[in-house]
Amino acid sequence: MSSLRRRLFLILMAATGLIWLCAVAWISFGSRHELEHVLDTRLQEAARMVHSLVMTGERREGAEAPALAGTPSPLSGGYERQLSCQIWSFDGRLLARSSGAPDAVLADESEGFSDREVGGENWRVYTIVDPEKDVRVAVGDRIGLRDKLVRDLVAGLAAPALLAMPLLGLLIWWSLGRGLRPLNRAAEEIAAREGEDMRPVPPDGAPSEIQPLIAALNGLFAKVQAARTHERDVTAFAAHELRTPLAGLKTQAQVALAAGETQMRENALRQIIASVDRTTRLVRQLLALARLDAGAAGQGAEMELGALIRDIADTVPHPPGVVTVVDSDLAHSRRLIDRDTLWLVLRNLQENAVQNMTEGMIHWRLEGADRLVIEDEGPGIPAEELSLVRQRFYRGRKAAGSGSGLGLAIAEAALARIGARLAMANRTERSGLRAVVEFGPGPN
Amino acid sequence: MRILLVEDDPVLADGLRAGLALAGLTVDAVTSCADAQAALAVSRFDAVVLDLMLPDGSGLDVLAALRARQDATPVLLLTALDETPDRIRGLDAGADDYLGKPFDLDELAARLRVLLRRGSGRASPLLTHGDLALDPAMLSVTLNNSPVAVSRREFAVLSMLMERPGVIRSKGELEERLYGWQEEVESNTVEVYVHNLRAKLGRQVIETVRGLGYRLRVPA
Repeated sequence: MSSLRRRLFLILMAATGLIWLCAVAWISFGSRHELEHVLDTRLQEAARMVHSLVMTGERREGAEAPALAGTPSPLSGGYERQLSCQIWSFDGRLLARSSGAPDAVLADESEGFSDREVGGENWRVYTIVDPEKDVRVAVGDRIGLRDKLVRDLVAGLAAPALLAMPLLGLLIWWSLGRGLRPLNRAAEEIAAREGEDMRPVPPDGAPSEIQPLIAALNGLFAKVQAARTHERDVTAFAAHELRTPLAGLKTQAQVALAAGETQMRENALRQIIASVDRTTRLVRQLLALARLDAGAAGQGAEMELGALIRDIADTVPHPPGVVTVVDSDLAHSRRLIDRDTLWLVLRNLQENAVQNMTEGMIHWRLEGADRLVIEDEGPGIPAEELSLVRQRFYRGRKAAGSGSGLGLAIAEAALARIGARLAMANRTERSGLRAVVEFGPGPN
Repeated sequence: MRILLVEDDPVLADGLRAGLALAGLTVDAVTSCADAQAALAVSRFDAVVLDLMLPDGSGLDVLAALRARQDATPVLLLTALDETPDRIRGLDAGADDYLGKPFDLDELAARLRVLLRRGSGRASPLLTHGDLALDPAMLSVTLNNSPVAVSRREFAVLSMLMERPGVIRSKGELEERLYGWQEEVESNTVEVYVHNLRAKLGRQVIETVRGLGYRLRVPA
């Protein structure tokens, strides 16, 4: 599990560390530069000072160059005796040197600054060449010593920072905890809920950063709630729709048992058979709807629309006066589509058309490439009911008794699954209903 | 007894009409709220059997309209919505009883008899008058504790007269009780039934009030 707190902590610590590192690098580079400049100026001044002290012709002809003062203590802990000075004559004799200075030649022929390696150490040397006095004055200091200076400076700066790092980490960790507390509170509130509790989370008090999350959650709650309500409604309707025929069956059976007259008993038995047929169809449709609600469309397969429709027209029971006409161009229309789903749609449309007719023509045809049209010659649907007929269990006020009120709901749910739409309108040129299946622009 | 049945399922309505007729009840069946309102406005029923989910609305609206008119006709709700909250809502809306689908035909008939008995203010399930006793549950009549065979319609006429002894019932009232809308009313049938009852129970039991109707003779 990734913790937001840990993640933020690591990011903040890394960022802080990086900035400090940059600062250290900058400071050490800057101080080094400044130091070089100061020390170089000092070298130069020292060289000039020594040079001005050397008198013309005042050259001891002694073989041994005198030490100026003190004992050598190269790279001792302190910074004393940093400078070493040598005075050479032009003929290569060492006229004088300071006490810490090496015996080897510090200066070369050239005047000015130079970096040299003398006796295994790097030196920075300033040389003054004076042919008039016949001397060459070289003043130098060890670069190692300079480095040490910079190091000590940086160490002096970095040490407290390093010490402060754990303290800073602790502070950041604690602040993050405080900062993330509203998030934890919201999480705790949601976690403490009952499974059925779909009330929206109150957004007041939550910081603006988690407002979108809470809004999204509340949106989800509302959706789940709506789905549940819908499910409950449908279940209640389904219960009603199933219990009523069951009550009818039971009542008719009791009548058949109690009836004295043969005619009464036979009527009751006939009613039972009709009711069983109707209930069977209702159960089939409820199961179809449940399947549609549950799953996704199956694999599409290429098939011919005309043959499918003719097959359906033959199997749906219809009064002898009702004729179904399937246009011949449907025979050439092939679509890549889930056959079972489409079958369910077309069968329900055909049943819907047949139900409202005693005689007349049902006409299936193609309009353009993507619109499958079915027109019947029944009474149509009253305009005020057109928007309601696709609701589950909605039966028109004047509808015949045999419909379950599920057919169009099934057709619409099934079409939605294969990305198509159902449009319905009354025919304008005569009475009747016109239903249009609009296929999406899928692979044809 | 005349019952208004409001039920949109044709098979159930047909079964109830036949079944309740067997129990001695006359049933008028309608299939929508609008038809139920119309029927209740023009005729008097002894009880209403009301479905809740009707094609043009809820039976509760019919019930509310009925009670708003101060009409105390007993109403039994007959519906698939029989969760406890639904029952409570129905009863609080003014229903007298509630039966969930599917139900037992005999239980429905028994509950209707209860509603009719309470409506007439009787405590005993039996209707008694002098030596005469009438059992609505068994559709049986006894005179001096010995059974008398009567037809269903003779029973209906007798029970209507016995509900309020001494009160005059017109021929029209009796016919309305005897026949539902779908049945053809034959002329003189009430007279025939009264004649048959007098033959079986004695001439003195039913008194003819000329020009007004019939009543049960109250013993002096």
